[in-house]
Amino acid sequence: MINLLLRDLKLSVRAGGGALIGVLFFLTVVAVIPFGVGPDLNLLSRIGPAILWIGALLSALLGLDRLFQTDREDGSLDLMLMQEHPLALTVLVKCLAHWIATGLPLVIASPLLGLFMNMNEVAIGAVMLTLLAGTPAITFIGAVGAAVAVALPRGGLLVSILVLPLAIPVLIFGVSASYAAVEEPAPFMPPFLILVALTMFFAVLGPVGAALALKNAGD
Amino acid sequence: MRPALIVFQKDPMTESFAITKFSDLANPTRFLALTARILPWMAGITALLFVIGLYLSFTTEGDYQQGDTVRIMYVHVPAAWLSMMCYTVMAISAIGTLVWRHPLADVSHKAAAPLGAAFTLIALVTGSLWGKPMWGTWWVWDARLTSVFVLFLMYLGLIALNRALDDPSRAARVSAVLILVGFVNIPIIKFSVDWWNTLHQPASVVRLDGPTIDAEFLWPLLVMAVAFTLLFFTLHVAAMRNEIWRRRVTAQRRMAARMAGKEE
Amino acid sequence: MRLTAENIAAKRGEDLLFADISFVLASGEALVLTGRNGTGKSTLLRVLAGLLRPEKGNVSWFSQDAEAGARACEACHYLGHRNAMKAELTVAENLSFWKSFFSDFLGGTGSSVSDAAEAVGLQEIIHLPFGYLSAGQQRRMAFAKLLVAYRPVWLLDEPTAALDSGAEVIITGLIGNHLAHGGIVIAATHQPLGLTNARELRMTGFAGVGEGVW
Repeated sequence: MINLLLRDLKLSVRAGGGALIGVLFFLTVVAVIPFGVGPDLNLLSRIGPAILWIGALLSALLGLDRLFQTDREDGSLDLMLMQEHPLALTVLVKCLAHWIATGLPLVIASPLLGLFMNMNEVAIGAVMLTLLAGTPAITFIGAVGAAVAVALPRGGLLVSILVLPLAIPVLIFGVSASYAAVEEPAPFMPPFLILVALTMFFAVLGPVGAALALKNAGD
Repeated sequence: MRPALIVFQKDPMTESFAITKFSDLANPTRFLALTARILPWMAGITALLFVIGLYLSFTTEGDYQQGDTVRIMYVHVPAAWLSMMCYTVMAISAIGTLVWRHPLADVSHKAAAPLGAAFTLIALVTGSLWGKPMWGTWWVWDARLTSVFVLFLMYLGLIALNRALDDPSRAARVSAVLILVGFVNIPIIKFSVDWWNTLHQPASVVRLDGPTIDAEFLWPLLVMAVAFTLLFFTLHVAAMRNEIWRRRVTAQRRMAARMAGKEE
Repeated sequence: MRLTAENIAAKRGEDLLFADISFVLASGEALVLTGRNGTGKSTLLRVLAGLLRPEKGNVSWFSQDAEAGARACEACHYLGHRNAMKAELTVAENLSFWKSFFSDFLGGTGSSVSDAAEAVGLQEIIHLPFGYLSAGQQRRMAFAKLLVAYRPVWLLDEPTAALDSGAEVIITGLIGNHLAHGGIVIAATHQPLGLTNARELRMTGFAGVGEGVW
C-alpha cells in the first residue's frame, strides 16, 4: 500500500502540476474577493477566515474528479478492483496521496493569503490548523463523488454539485473553530474537536462509499 | 484425472425465455396488475382526506398572534415531513437496489427523487410565505429552513445524476450509493446547521411532554399530514408504473431494431 | 487447479450479449475466444475477471491450497485493451509498483522486474518513461506485468495487438511456457496464438434483448 501512495505522489508531481493549479485557483479566488466587497481592511479581516475556508473548499473540489479517472482511462483501476486488498483501503490510500498532493499545499499557502486578508497571527494560525484538520474530510467525502464520476460520460461539474452539500458540516465547523480562536467568549476546542471527529468519520464513510460506487460503476 | 472441458453455447432464441423465467423474482408485471387495482382507491381516499383536511384548515379559528397565516402551517408542516420521509423511502429502495438487485427498487428510488424535490420545494415556498409576515423577510438563514434547503439541493443533485447516466441499471446502482451516503450525512448536516444557527422555535408537535399546540390546530394538521402522506404514495406508485412502462417501451423498441437486423 | 464458469450470461447496455456459457479449465489448458468484433469476447473476459457482474451464472476457482471464499478473479491476471501503465513513470517504476501491489498468489512466485523485462526482450530500456516507448514496446511491457507476480490464470484480451511478428513469437512463447508450468490461459484473439491444445469458443454475439425483466 505504501507503494501505491508513493506512485500516486510521483504521478501528481510529474503529471502536469495538479497541486500548482489548485493553489493558483485558491489564490485567485481569494484575490478577487476584495474586488467584490471593497478594500475595507476591517471588513476583510472579519470575513477572512470564511473566505479562506470557502476558497480552500472549492480548490479541494477542483481536482477531485480526476482521483479515479486517470486510473480508469489507462486500465489500472480494473486491476485494482481485482486484487484481494479491500478496495476501501486502496481508496483510502489514494485519497491520502491526493490530499498530500493537493490539500497540503493549500494549507501551506493559507498563511500568505491570510496576510492579504489583513488577519492577525492568531486567526492565521487557527485557519491553518482547521484547514489541516478539515481538508482531508473534503477529500474523503469527495472520493464518493469522484467514484460516481467514473461512470459519468462527462464528470467534472456534477461531482462538485453532489459533494458540496455533504461538505457543509466541514465548512461550518472549520469556520466556527477559526472564529472561536479570535473572538473571546466562544471556546475553540468544541468545534475543533467536532471537526476532527468529522474527518475521522468521513475517513471511514468516504472510502467505503467510494469502493461501493466503484464496484457498481463498472461496465 | 483431468475434468473434461465442456464448452457450449445455447441457441440465442431459446435463451430469452430463460431470462424471463429468472426475472419472475422481480416481477414488475405482478406489480403493475396489483397497483392497477389499488391505485384508484388510493387516489380516492387521498382526495377525500384532502377535502376534509382543507375544510378543517379553513374553518378553524386563526391564531390570536399569527392570524390567518397559521393556516399555511397545514400545508407547510406535512410537506416538510414528507420531504424527509421521501428520502427515507429512497434510502430503503437504495438498499434494495444494492443488496437484492431488485429492479423494482431501482424504479422506486428513481421515481421518488422528483417527488421528494417537489415536496421539499413546497415546504420551502410555504415556509418563505409564512416567514414574510412573521419575520418581515422572505428568507432567513434559520437552521431548519437551511437544512431543508440543503436537502433540496441533494434531491436536485440526485435527479441530475440520474439524468446524466444513460444505462438505467448502472444509474440506479450509482445513485443508490450516493443516496445512502447522503442518508448517513443528513443527521450530521442537520446537527451542524443547528449548531451554526438556532433561531427557529423548538419543535412543538412531537415532544415528550405532549403536544403544546392547541387541539384545534392539531386536528387539521394531522388530517392534512395523513392526506399528504397518501398523496405521496399515490404519486409514487403512479410514477413507478410510468417508469416501468417507459422501460418496457424502450425494451420493445430495442427488440424491434434487433429483429429488423436479423431478417436481413 | 480448476477454473469453472457456469451458465454465464452478460449484457452490454440492455442487450444480452451471450447466455449459458459454461466451461471447466484445468491446469495447463487454454481456451481461445474467437468471433467478430462486438460479439462479447471482451465482455466475457471482464466477467471472468470479476469486473462485470454476470446477469446469470458464476465463475469459481478451485485448487488444493486455496483459501475458501477467495474470489476467482484473485487467481487471475487480466491484460485488457489498455496497458494499465503510467506514461509518466519509468517502466521499472511501473513494473515494481505492480509487483508489490499484486503480490504473488498461492503456489508460485513472480520473476524480478529486470527478468520480466528480459523475458519480453526489452531489458535495456526499463529506465525510460513508459510514455516514450512505441505502441508495440508498450504492449510487450504490459505483458511483462503478468510475469512479475504469479497468477495461475491469465485472461488476455488481444495480447498480440500492435505487435510485429518477432514480438508475437516472444509473447506466444511466454504463453506456452505458462501453460507448460500448469497455468491456465483464456485469450480473446483474432490471430492464432500458436497454442497446440487450445479449445476454441466461437462467440456469435447477440443472444437477445434483455427485455425479460420488464
